[in-house]
Amino acid sequence: MKICSLDDLSKIRNDRRSLNSRINGRSIEDRIEILVGLATCGISSGAKETQLAFENEIKEKNFKNISVIPVGCIGNCYSEPTVQINVPGQSPVIYGRVHVQDVPEIIEKHIRDGIPVDRLALTNPVDNKQMRIALRHCGLINPEDIFEYLACDGYEALGCAVTQMSPEFIIDEVKKSGLRGRGGGGFPTGVKWEITRAQPGERKYIICNADEGDPGAFMDRSILEGDPHCVLEAMAIGGYALGADQGIIYIRAEYPLAVSRLNTAISQARKLGLLGPNIFGSNFNFDIRIKYGAGAFVCGEETALINSCEGKRGEPNFKPPYPAQKGYWGYPTCVNNVETFANIAPIITKGSSWFASIGTEKSKGTKVFALAGKINNVGLAEVPMGITLRELIYEIGGGIRDGHKFKAIQTGGPSGGVISEEYLDTPIDYDNLIEIGSMMGSGGMIVMDETDNMVNIAKFYLEFSMDESCGRCTPCRIGTKRMYEIINKITSGKGTMADLNSLKQLTYMVRDSSLCGLGQSAPNPVISTMKHFMSEYLAFIPDPRAKLKFNVNKHSRKSKKAD
Amino acid sequence: MTKPQAIKAAEDRDQPLPEEYFDELEKFIIDMGDTQGALIEILHKAQCIFGYLPRDVQLFIARKLGIPAAEVFGVVSFYSYFTTEPRGRHTISVCMGTACFVRGSDQIIERFKEKLNIESNQITEDGNFTLKDVRCIGACGLSPIVMVDNKVYPRVEEENLDNIIKTYSSEGL
Ligand SMILES: Cc1cc2nc3c(=O)[nH]c(=O)nc-3n(C[C@H](O)[C@H](O)[C@H](O)COP(=O)(O)O)c2cc1C
Ligand code: FES
Repeated sequence: MKICSLDDLSKIRNDRRSLNSRINGRSIEDRIEILVGLATCGISSGAKETQLAFENEIKEKNFKNISVIPVGCIGNCYSEPTVQINVPGQSPVIYGRVHVQDVPEIIEKHIRDGIPVDRLALTNPVDNKQMRIALRHCGLINPEDIFEYLACDGYEALGCAVTQMSPEFIIDEVKKSGLRGRGGGGFPTGVKWEITRAQPGERKYIICNADEGDPGAFMDRSILEGDPHCVLEAMAIGGYALGADQGIIYIRAEYPLAVSRLNTAISQARKLGLLGPNIFGSNFNFDIRIKYGAGAFVCGEETALINSCEGKRGEPNFKPPYPAQKGYWGYPTCVNNVETFANIAPIITKGSSWFASIGTEKSKGTKVFALAGKINNVGLAEVPMGITLRELIYEIGGGIRDGHKFKAIQTGGPSGGVISEEYLDTPIDYDNLIEIGSMMGSGGMIVMDETDNMVNIAKFYLEFSMDESCGRCTPCRIGTKRMYEIINKITSGKGTMADLNSLKQLTYMVRDSSLCGLGQSAPNPVISTMKHFMSEYLAFIPDPRAKLKFNVNKHSRKSKKAD
Repeated sequence: MTKPQAIKAAEDRDQPLPEEYFDELEKFIIDMGDTQGALIEILHKAQCIFGYLPRDVQLFIARKLGIPAAEVFGVVSFYSYFTTEPRGRHTISVCMGTACFVRGSDQIIERFKEKLNIESNQITEDGNFTLKDVRCIGACGLSPIVMVDNKVYPRVEEENLDNIIKTYSSEGL
């Protein structure tokens, strides 16, 4: 069976009405649904065993009207395995830490007697602050069943795009929506598509960047594991808009589950004719291939990524030419992040003004953040741009673990910086974060409490950048190493004030002279910890007289020459 | 992580690499048809077949693709996923990503080093374990993470390590 028109699509959707109601939080008629979160984090906490236990229990007790459905990440990683139970006529209940031994109790009390098991229920009062666009289906549909995606308006946007809209119109919509790249740079997506479209030549490529190298960020993995079709659909829309008939997903080898779900999704879409020749009966052809990374952070940088796609060492190139001009095998190539793509279909179906009404003046829409570190509710949160860090940490994140005190939050991974308590009320968007010395990055947020030493954190990131430096340009290759050596000397208690000074100078040198974003941003953790937590650096310096001298100089800027 | 890997002039192995492994790899390459840009994919497959990428395998691939062996080695040494050393029967990977680091994974890997008496990227004397530090596997919500082969152990504490090692030790099997 192939889907050749929008009518075919709506027929399929009508046949599966039941699913649509699941998305709205209600199941139909007399069918009870048990959704088990089966993403990497769920599986490693034993969600598969939980799923099996539910299935066995249901068989044993001979229930007829219950289905157990594997879904992606619901977002409450702190309480895996998570299970959501939809009973008709009742609002859905989410349970956390559901292990095999809890299953009979849930079945007996909740499903048979209709009384939720309070002991396990997650009370999440914060959900009203969240707003799900990119994660709209994660945790609600079975990612390995294309019909579940179709039932909740999947591929509708693609169908409308290729049959009713011109490429220029789509680009204009994406531009007007104000969507900016979620991979870190924040470049307007519509503009990137327009530039790529404007390049001469017949052959163009669209690439999905699923390298997600920032340690501590996992939103791209969750999207790919929970809703792979939304990325495929958006890539096809992008391909249509900018004139590419081939897409590539570059994914890191560390994400085996995401790879297998993507492969399943691609072959299902091909079977239904949603990828391949003449999509929706139009003359638009599009297909997607997967390329695998092999463990190099720098391959997340777009020019390095393209080199790696070509099977070469993943070293970055000097820009310009930008990939949009000269990319994969020299052809114009548009590289976008997974989360960027996840926003595309809703923009097409609901319109750019709807999207542009969310967020702040310069940053529209929502952003998915991965909250990790010393925070109670570790997990994913999708919130409108402009929410404050305080709301994110204390309301959605549930505050700091074990009654400790907040000290700092690191955003933007190894390229970003730390943010101290005084900035907690800053509304989060691309520009504000840069202003306070950090950056949005991919959206990983690591919360630190008073037991964390900031110099050690800076050292940790430096070691990361040093290891991951590809070695192509000298400032980054040697500079990160020297900085690491100095900071190591400082933390081992042998540092002097002169070391602190050279460290500071090196940060600016490496930042200003490196070839690619890795080197240019590698000093950021040092710069920002020095700015906000200088006292912790000083505490490592053994000579108290030097300390005194430094403090004097610091407080009277005029005497700088005397230094 | 681009860690320098030693280039060996000669292979110091007692046992030659199995012929059928090479056949399998050759078939994979032939089935691909167009091999332009496929080097990384082929190396993934080769490592999957052989367990690691010794010099002979790299040379074999270079010849099959008609590219210089230096190009193959250049790619192998660039990516941390590829290894030119044989690995133990089990690979213990400790996540050293940020989320795991702030939850104490540096202590975990130190304990592993003590208990197994090896450094990271080394193999135990009995050939049973390789210890690796890896960057974020994307399960940051469950940090700190230890992964043995493909099994993920969430929220690992120092007390758990003996148990993990025992599960995979030869006697334990
Ligand atoms: C060192 C470095 C690492 C990067 N890693 C990633 C990554 O893991 N994922 C990603 O989407 N973008 C990453 N980027 C940004 C990409 O170069 C590129 O800007 C992005 O994929 C563009 O997509 P977007 O416009 O949708 O954000 C990285 C950039 C640098 C300099
Ligand atoms: S930091 Fe360890 S899994 Fe992400």
